[in-house]
Amino acid sequence: MTRDVPSPLTALDRPNSYIGRAVPRPNLARLTEGRGEYVSDLVLPRMVHVVYVRSPHAHARIRAIDAAEAKRAKGVVAVVTGRELAEVCTPWVGVLTHMVGLKSAPQHAMAVDRACWQGEAVVAIVARTRALAEDAAELVEIDYEPLPAVTDMMTALDPQTPVIHPALGDNLAFERNFTGGDPAAAFAAADHVIEADFGFGRHTGVTLEPRAMVADFNAGTGRLTAYLGTQAPHMMQNILSIHLGMSEQQIRVVCKDVGGSFGIKVHVYADEMATAALSKLLKRPVKFVADRLESFLTDIHARDHRLKGRIAVKADGTITAFEIDDVTGIGPYSVYPRTSAVEANQVVNLTGGPYACPNYKARARVVFQNKTVTCQYRAVGHPIATAVTEGLVDLAARRIGMDPVEIRRKNLIRDDAYPCASATGLKFEALSHHAALDKLLAMMDYPKLRAEQAALRTKGIHRGIGFASFIEITNPGAAFYGVGGARISSQDGAVVRMDATGAVTVQTSATEQGQGTEAVIAQVVATALGVPLDIVRVISGDTDQTPYGGGTWASRAAGIGGEAAWQAGKALRANVVAVAGAILQADPDSLDVRGGAVVDAASGRERLSLAELGRIVYFRPDTLPPGFQAELMAVRHYVPRGYPFAFTNGIQASYLEVEDGFVKLLGHWVVEDCGTILNPQLVDEQVRGGVVQGLGGALFEQCVYDAEGQMQNASMADYLVPMACEMPDIQVGHIVSPTADSELGAKGAGEAGTAGAPAAVMNAINDALAPFGATLTEMPFTPDRILSALKQARQRGGADVAAPAGTPA
Amino acid sequence: MKPATFAYARAQSVAEAVAALAAHGDEARLIAGGQSLVAMLNMRLSAPRLLIDINAISGLSEIAVEGDGLRIGALVRYTQALRAPLVARHAPLLTRAIPHIAHAAIRNRGTLGGSVAFADPAAEMPACILALGADIAISGPDGARVVAADDFFLGLYETALGPADMLTGLNLPLHGPDRRVGFAEFARRHGDYAMVGLAATATARGAGLGDVRLAYFSMGPCAVRARGAEQALEAGDLDAAVAALEADLDPTGDIHASRDTKMHLAGVLLRRVAGQLSEQPQ
Repeated sequence: MTRDVPSPLTALDRPNSYIGRAVPRPNLARLTEGRGEYVSDLVLPRMVHVVYVRSPHAHARIRAIDAAEAKRAKGVVAVVTGRELAEVCTPWVGVLTHMVGLKSAPQHAMAVDRACWQGEAVVAIVARTRALAEDAAELVEIDYEPLPAVTDMMTALDPQTPVIHPALGDNLAFERNFTGGDPAAAFAAADHVIEADFGFGRHTGVTLEPRAMVADFNAGTGRLTAYLGTQAPHMMQNILSIHLGMSEQQIRVVCKDVGGSFGIKVHVYADEMATAALSKLLKRPVKFVADRLESFLTDIHARDHRLKGRIAVKADGTITAFEIDDVTGIGPYSVYPRTSAVEANQVVNLTGGPYACPNYKARARVVFQNKTVTCQYRAVGHPIATAVTEGLVDLAARRIGMDPVEIRRKNLIRDDAYPCASATGLKFEALSHHAALDKLLAMMDYPKLRAEQAALRTKGIHRGIGFASFIEITNPGAAFYGVGGARISSQDGAVVRMDATGAVTVQTSATEQGQGTEAVIAQVVATALGVPLDIVRVISGDTDQTPYGGGTWASRAAGIGGEAAWQAGKALRANVVAVAGAILQADPDSLDVRGGAVVDAASGRERLSLAELGRIVYFRPDTLPPGFQAELMAVRHYVPRGYPFAFTNGIQASYLEVEDGFVKLLGHWVVEDCGTILNPQLVDEQVRGGVVQGLGGALFEQCVYDAEGQMQNASMADYLVPMACEMPDIQVGHIVSPTADSELGAKGAGEAGTAGAPAAVMNAINDALAPFGATLTEMPFTPDRILSALKQARQRGGADVAAPAGTPA
Repeated sequence: MKPATFAYARAQSVAEAVAALAAHGDEARLIAGGQSLVAMLNMRLSAPRLLIDINAISGLSEIAVEGDGLRIGALVRYTQALRAPLVARHAPLLTRAIPHIAHAAIRNRGTLGGSVAFADPAAEMPACILALGADIAISGPDGARVVAADDFFLGLYETALGPADMLTGLNLPLHGPDRRVGFAEFARRHGDYAMVGLAATATARGAGLGDVRLAYFSMGPCAVRARGAEQALEAGDLDAAVAALEADLDPTGDIHASRDTKMHLAGVLLRRVAGQLSEQPQ
């Protein structure tokens, strides 16, 4: 716990509270019985399947399409071109007004006369089965005129580089410049200035269930039901209505089980819009399930940043300034509606964030290129900002001969400094960097690891220890999207209803992606209401049935959706005791609901079962006092208002061995502060899963493109996701600094692991290779790169110790 | 990811399979474990008109000592071989190598014969067969024949198998008391195709080694012997053996490893495997 003062009992300490307990997830049995309701499995009467013929070129004009033979093929219902579909679905532009200067070009559901990335849909084949549609797809002949492809983001802005969208004038989508404090003076006055270039590979989310949609336009009602694996049903309802020319009320988005999202499924995908448009055109259900190969080419990619970084330090280790210059390539369009400028914007916002350092200069440029679009993926911008910050801090420590722990102790924002703000104006309510650091060092037994490292060095075994402190944006209010004009709700709602047997149903606008939202909502409501968990059922993911809300993204479901559920549960409890007071002729204030029964609050003695209360309310309301109306349904909404974001913080450490260019992960430790922990098992799973995705980006995952914009590894054989065999044990510890913005005090936990893991691994690798004078700052850290860095270090003569066996000659 | 339409025939005998191949030529493919072929079908990288399923042919799933050799039928699965005491005793190289092949689900279905016939340049089994100096039993339109491993692997997915030939089994020399085996590979993740791999056999001659066979995989269009390095090892000069790899091997870089990385790691593997070859048997 952060605070030394024992906290007083709060509403969370209600008898039989489920808050803070690792209760089993109510949906677990259903999923493990194979009874999940995934869109991929959905079959509707008269349903047909769409397959998209996709551009094999990164950039090409479409001269002619000959689909005559495909139209005659077995089982084919329709063959539709982008030009034909544009009659049904209007194009969009992915900009937000608060990203000043952000520009993008109109994007259609399918390419109309030009394809701008390898994988863009050009022709839709609708057939009775997916296999028949694939057969017919091979019969479509498209005459392409290949155009020069812009693939290198570092030259995308050069005058000789073709402009992808001539109407925009150049390939610059967005630029942000920021100066806080007086970085020029700080760098001039510094005892040491250390510079480094950092690279972050383009990678993607690889959800277990690919993107999937069944669009069902009913000509009889004029309604479109979109069964869609999405994180934001109401956002999609709005967007489908705008671009299909329908009222929002005529759109229903249903999102039951989703096989993983990680941010991949919070965006508007052209082929999903096309699928909805095809259903409207054909007046029947149309199913699209991306196969694994097209997932690699059409799911959003992320990262793909190159940065120059600088840090200024005094001889005593005080950090006096940070500076970064970031370039990122986002593909040919800014993704709708959240835009592809957010990641670079986050990098600018977050770099240097854990440290008390007022001087900061940043530039970020976001450029167009002819590759798959990039957008928000788990821990948007955080792994980049954290790796640059923590990489520079470690380089500075090495330069001045300071232990990496000591430089952090000296510079991390003090735990008693809150509330305070970062150089970029981020407002911190209460963070716990130092408490987290202390706990981490104890968990990992830092002195013992250092001793082991030193002993093994003498035997030619090279191990490294790396740290990464970080901050994380969670629980966003309207500042993220609403203020930029996007109709993406930052509030969430919950409806809690008690039926005649006393059983409870919750409708929530938070959504379940496999991470356990349903469990957390049920725990919160059961606790607020005072009922056993097993009588609480949660309904989510249906715009016809749930309150209007944001859904699940930016680590918000538990903190925002959970608080709405908490308030609704409390409101229903007040209604229940009001009814009980009327029935029992007792003062409602003397009653409570505990363990599923109305009890005397003072003694805990049961006064009335909820089943009996329900019987009276619903079947014998005539026995209630005149004028008294029971209300066994309560609605509450919540949005954080005190702070634009609830920042969390944490620190990670990696212990690893480098041999023959390969990194063997030996241990990973995380201390994380997400405020109140609603379900420790789910939080730890989120942290571990996030760490694994971070380790993937650090060591394995990369979308490799050639100079023509062709992805070279778009399959599970060649795109390396992190696998269990290579993962270390991940130990998770917690500090708890609740946010006072909500009663629950819960902040987000879903992205913390991903935010810090790559930086910790990078610093550990560089610690292991420090004796050779080799420093790696380009992810992923592949054997190629490690061997090459060692070779270069040896050629420079930088090594001050003999190279071990196994370094390249 | 749906295969193009194909016809399916279940062969009941080797003769039937060979006859079907002869009748349909390039438009037919044999399917055994299907662990490479089905993925290629689903990605439409291969679209045969006819799949000839050989899984029902009896007598091809057996492991037996016949004369001075260990016979492994074409339908023996990796898992079966890994658990077979005869393999552990007479072909310990396979027992070392098989755990490196993909993952359990794939090893349960994939066949040793299929891997040798497919001749993926990055696969473990062709290199093991080459290191062992095994014989490959083949049935074709003109009857049965045996081809030595040294003559079997000809190029990228190219082998001594003709268009109507079927691999029916592998004949491995029995492991003797003086024989030594070694195996190691580098892969980005456990179970991936190797970036570089080495299977080796030798005969202990006092403190030294004779009959050294070093078969590299993922270092060329097919499994390849490093003959210069073999001679240097027989001469007892490990450094010279590593140096000889420059002339023995000519890999091309790929997205997982540059040519430099592959060559460097090939040397690391040779030192590692040479150590294994020098170990006394337990």
